[in-house]
Amino acid sequence: MTSLATQHPTDHVHNARSDARSRAALSSPFMPYRPAASSPFIPTDVDPAALTWAETVAPGGYTHRVLARGTRIRFEDPTGSACAHLLLFNAAAPGERLNTADTVKIPWQAYLGTDHPLLSGDGRVLATIAADTSGHHDAFCGTTTDAATLRKYGGSAAEGPTPSGRSRFLLAAAKHGLDARDLPPSVSLFQGVRIDEDGALRFVGSAGAGTQVDLIAEMPLLILVANVPHPLDPSPDYAVGPLRIHAWRGDPTGPDDERFTRTPELTRAYLNTIDYAQARGL
Amino acid sequence: MTPTPLTIPDAAVPGTTPPAAVTPPASTVPVGAIFAPETVLDPSGPLAEGPTVLDDTVAPLGPWSGIVRAGQTLTIVDVGGNQSADFLVYNANNTAERYSVPDTLAAAGNAYLRTGSSLYSNEGRVLMRVVGNEIDRQDTIGGACSKESNTLRYGFHTEYQHACRENFLTEGARYGLGVRDLVSNINWFMNVPVEADGALGIVDGISAPGKRVALYAEIDVLVIVSNCPQMNNPCNDFNCTPLRMIITDTQTETDPA
Repeated sequence: MTSLATQHPTDHVHNARSDARSRAALSSPFMPYRPAASSPFIPTDVDPAALTWAETVAPGGYTHRVLARGTRIRFEDPTGSACAHLLLFNAAAPGERLNTADTVKIPWQAYLGTDHPLLSGDGRVLATIAADTSGHHDAFCGTTTDAATLRKYGGSAAEGPTPSGRSRFLLAAAKHGLDARDLPPSVSLFQGVRIDEDGALRFVGSAGAGTQVDLIAEMPLLILVANVPHPLDPSPDYAVGPLRIHAWRGDPTGPDDERFTRTPELTRAYLNTIDYAQARGL
Repeated sequence: MTPTPLTIPDAAVPGTTPPAAVTPPASTVPVGAIFAPETVLDPSGPLAEGPTVLDDTVAPLGPWSGIVRAGQTLTIVDVGGNQSADFLVYNANNTAERYSVPDTLAAAGNAYLRTGSSLYSNEGRVLMRVVGNEIDRQDTIGGACSKESNTLRYGFHTEYQHACRENFLTEGARYGLGVRDLVSNINWFMNVPVEADGALGIVDGISAPGKRVALYAEIDVLVIVSNCPQMNNPCNDFNCTPLRMIITDTQTETDPA
């Protein structure tokens, strides 16, 4: 076997530069696709020219974006073992952010699914779940802390094999000038939890490989994504799969959409949201 | 037990002397309603042993805060029955570490709090433990009301009404805390069932006058409470009543093992 030094002639700047450039076309199972239209996994129902974000997030990895109002974001769990922990913020004023209590309380519904709003604490819809072929999600257990991860897996180093969701969020948040205080309870997609009559939390896991969830950004959105095992995942292994994301330009929910009038709370939430957006010229 | 009436203190600014009892000035401020005169009030007493180091009454609609030192126990009394005590708790020495609903629920594997429950922080450590509880279960799901979310729940006409989030922000500001420091909270004495199909909401309470919960502090904690002023749901029986906060110095906590 030849040494790395032999494989990569980098004894000189020009060589090093050439060597670096020679690998530009390599691929990885976990990467962003830029331009987004270069994604090998473009959804068949999407115009590639409209894509604004395409990425496969590694197990234990994270990503983050600021997205225009109206953007449609598709999360896909290609292996049935992803767990997409999400935090959403108003990108223009990140003190407004996901409020998990309002997200289940206002719709009178504990379980996330199609047409469920992801609400801020300010009476507005940050994003709507516009489509969902999984139905296995969780708005109660948040993500994992370093302490819990250490207890469960024996380690929680951010650079190690078992990072916590919170450490992922902290890094993602830091890229936007936010810190630990900016991380409220999160929701997660693709690994379900149900609440039994006595309050017991029952982990129901995945709905299987290939399920998808579409969000519509109803506000200018800062989204943080951590792909780590669910806090109640009973496996002793850190066995989370890759997470696929595509986003494309679209329209926010408006009065002509069926969901706008689906419930009185939703209508008022969208009216609040549109009121805010119109005042800002969004 | 015969309930005894409770004196509601004037809402005085600390360090000032309340004016002599005179007819209050007329006001056009739409202040929220408080309990009906015939309401039964039972101030009860501490649910933990040891000398009392603090005994406060939280007026209807108002906030409260206090430091509970490690080894002390805070008893919260639902004086008028079914009055939601919206409750936040922080590490008193590092308020970036604060109560976390998901860590508390995930650690317990249960959506409700009862005797023996631990209140976990966002860093995965125990802030307080429930060492006494006189109702079947305590709510962790419902969060706090706000003027903003009231517009979703009840219509735009309720936005002017006072809300727990206002209380949290007002009281929190005394400690330098702001919107970033408000997280989903506990609602002592509020009832939020989750039905088999996922239906969830605030329903009639399962508490009563004089019912209590007792919280043992594992470390020095800052507790901020909103005595919920919501007038649009049964989180307070539509009848805002006082809360009583009693801190006793327990010191020698018995190991549950």
